[in-house]
Amino acid sequence: MYKIFKYVIRDILRNRIMLAYTALLLLASGSIFSLEDTSAKAILSVLNIVLLIVPLVSIVFATIYVYNSNEFIELLLSQPIQRKKIWLSIFYGLSLSLGLAFLVGIGIPVLLFERSLTGLLLVACGALLSVIFAAIAMLAVVFTRDKAKGIGTAVLMWLYFTILFDGLVLFGLFQLSDYPIEKAMIVVSSLNPIDLSRILILLKLDISALMGYTGAIFQDFFGTATGMTLSFVALMLWILIPVGISLHKFSKKDL
Amino acid sequence: MIIATNVHKQFGKLQVLKNISVTCNKGECIALIGPNGSGKTTLIKSILGMVIPDSGFITFNGKNILHDWNYRSYIGYMPQIGRYPDNMSIGQVINMMKDIRNHEGSLDEELIQAFDLEKLYDKKMRTLSGGTRQKVSACLAFLFNPDVLILDEPTAGLDPVATEVLKEKIIAEKEKGKVILITSHILSELDEMITQVIFMQEGQLVFHKNMIDLQQETGEQRLSKAIAQIMLKR
Amino acid sequence: MRYLLMILIIFSATQLQAKSLHVGKQEAYKTIHQALQVVADSDSILIHAGLYQEGNLIIDKSISLIGIDNPILDGQYKYEVISIKANYVTVEGITIQHSGVSSIIDYAGIKLYECNNVRIEKNIIEDAFFGIYVQYGTKCIIRNNHLRAHKKTEQESGNGIHCWKSDSLQITGNQIQGHRDGIYFEFVTNSIIWRNISSKNLRYGLHFMFSNHDTYVTNVFENNGAGVAVMFSNHVHMYNNYFRENWGDASYGILLKEISDSEIEGNRFEQNTSGIYIEGASRIQMNRNLFKGNGWALKIQASCMEIQLHNNDFIGNTFDVGTNGSLVLNNFNNNYWDKYEGYDLNKDRQGDVPYRPVSMYAGIIEKIPVAMILFRSLITTLMDKSEKLIPSITPEQLKDDHPHIKPVVS
Repeated sequence: MYKIFKYVIRDILRNRIMLAYTALLLLASGSIFSLEDTSAKAILSVLNIVLLIVPLVSIVFATIYVYNSNEFIELLLSQPIQRKKIWLSIFYGLSLSLGLAFLVGIGIPVLLFERSLTGLLLVACGALLSVIFAAIAMLAVVFTRDKAKGIGTAVLMWLYFTILFDGLVLFGLFQLSDYPIEKAMIVVSSLNPIDLSRILILLKLDISALMGYTGAIFQDFFGTATGMTLSFVALMLWILIPVGISLHKFSKKDL
Repeated sequence: MIIATNVHKQFGKLQVLKNISVTCNKGECIALIGPNGSGKTTLIKSILGMVIPDSGFITFNGKNILHDWNYRSYIGYMPQIGRYPDNMSIGQVINMMKDIRNHEGSLDEELIQAFDLEKLYDKKMRTLSGGTRQKVSACLAFLFNPDVLILDEPTAGLDPVATEVLKEKIIAEKEKGKVILITSHILSELDEMITQVIFMQEGQLVFHKNMIDLQQETGEQRLSKAIAQIMLKR
Repeated sequence: MRYLLMILIIFSATQLQAKSLHVGKQEAYKTIHQALQVVADSDSILIHAGLYQEGNLIIDKSISLIGIDNPILDGQYKYEVISIKANYVTVEGITIQHSGVSSIIDYAGIKLYECNNVRIEKNIIEDAFFGIYVQYGTKCIIRNNHLRAHKKTEQESGNGIHCWKSDSLQITGNQIQGHRDGIYFEFVTNSIIWRNISSKNLRYGLHFMFSNHDTYVTNVFENNGAGVAVMFSNHVHMYNNYFRENWGDASYGILLKEISDSEIEGNRFEQNTSGIYIEGASRIQMNRNLFKGNGWALKIQASCMEIQLHNNDFIGNTFDVGTNGSLVLNNFNNNYWDKYEGYDLNKDRQGDVPYRPVSMYAGIIEKIPVAMILFRSLITTLMDKSEKLIPSITPEQLKDDHPHIKPVVS
């Protein structure tokens, strides 16, 4: 397994897009931290990168990469190697390289300029989101044979998680505003890894506003060690479940 | 050595393999023939575990291949169309395969030398012609001295010299007592080497015969003529 | 001339007569009660270190009660410790603890009954029901005392410095912690509250009602259950105070209710759920305040009028202004808003396009508080941006026409 992983990593790291992505993140975070006058504003701008750009790049890159690895996968399939190992090696390779690109591009600047708990949480969530969206990409790929369709699905998934889901939630909130749905919202938010990460960071960033009545309910949950742990467990599930399903599907797939 | 029992496979509505049962024994060189779309490649891929049958099972040396993967270390496979990572060179692909297979016995690099591939080691896969790709595929299939060779249209795209080299290599391996499963459209190529014929049509096994029996039955020495006769009878 | 001389003689005679009575284990008087029985106007009772459990001490002469090396007067949770019923009394350097607790009687560590010119200074009041209670006091000084209570609920806790129907008080340099309200003013006029630190009180750091013409300057109100409430008063002046970390749904840096003709200047509001909440107020000047890192810097209800907000800094607040209606009778001008995205082409350090401090999303949260969970998501950001371009829900008139480009105060 390690050997295949090694080839995947070597292949991705040679990829110019990966280098460009890292450079872009570095440039963006570097300029944000040097241009914004307050660290709170800088963190907010970085937050937008983490919640929008990172998932988009992760899911699209991973999708395209897996499609382009078709030859590689086929070549390996006739060899005495478990299918599971091939698939996992690709996932690990993607996770590691996307995570590494994020840590270099965002993690290092954040830890240099904003060495706070908020900064640390931001970096942790961003790294997790990179991996989560690689996992979702693998799911999209395994269900669509056609490359163009697969990339389309990946972008749709991103659109769903960044805006459609929240739109639906907002619509639901307007409909159900007369009911006590605060607690249910905690569960709903865990259905979207981007929302979950956003709320975790928000709790540090907008703590004052969140101390209001509704905020306090979220704070009571997400702010505690249990809530924090559960949130991270939920984020981990967002990795494990898509990877698990795609793995199951891949090991039965005809190639 | 390889026994397929009642293998059935469907892609969507299309039935590709209908209750195929075949047996391949040691020392046999089997020609898998049939018109386009008759299910030859699917059967091969089933044996390799790349396609998973809907029902029926395949055993290799008495072990079901469904949850096994190690049996593939006894198989050398040459695909119909060899597809390789575009940005790797021939040398990298061959070295990667050596690295991944982690083969313990001696390596069979005869073909590499015969094709003079080493000169091309730095060439990227994406720049290769179909023929050169086939050469790479052939080299990889024979490289690890496998007991079973599965060759899907091995000579397609090869120039006559290379075809000859490959044929000789196949015959040499057959002499060593290896199982060889080979598909080809060009039946004349097969005459010199095969001992068995499996004929498939529309996913069904039409017959599986010994070459000598076939010759006696039809009174034809050449495989192409023998097949043609059978087709006419039906 | 002779008349004057005589006054002088009489005055110095009384001065000479003033005695000092020492109370302590090794002193002439073993208990404070003994000393109180013989004490005369202008005398001093000097209490030496030790624990005194003498129930209720009533001071009805103009004397000084002075502690030496921190004597402790203990009310055993049953008594009001010191009751002052005379003018010109001084209580200084004494630790008072464990006053009685009752739901009927307002027991206090020190209570002033209808007196003037009383001075309460440098005392420590520990775990009292009410700390210092002033009732019908005039020209009294309460200075540099430390008050600490440890109760958990508002019912079992009284106010730190409680002033009722008084005038011309000076409340200076006290530190109050853990009471119900840190400082409580009701019907108190012409008084000053200066340099106090009121923190971690259960309800309000400062509770202020029906008290006109008062000033409070340079106080710190921090982490109180509900912040500071100033209600039903006029001519209140608040300068250079610091309101910090007052967190909770009904917690405000300042809650202003039915206030008129007042000034709020040079204050800092940091990390409060709401910096200022204004309801039914009129003619208030808010200048040169700093609002930083609050949930809502300002919540201004439509019932307010003629509120002037000039030269304030709004930095790093989640929401700058929240409001419940579309009617705006207030004036925002020349403030600095860190969320301002306009430009200054003529370089006069003022933005050329107006700033609208009420975001659409703040309006949605006002109606559906749960929507807070979507804050800073792409969809809400997009909604806010489009609303900024074409205002439809947010009040059209609520805007700062000449926002500052750089911070004014900080």
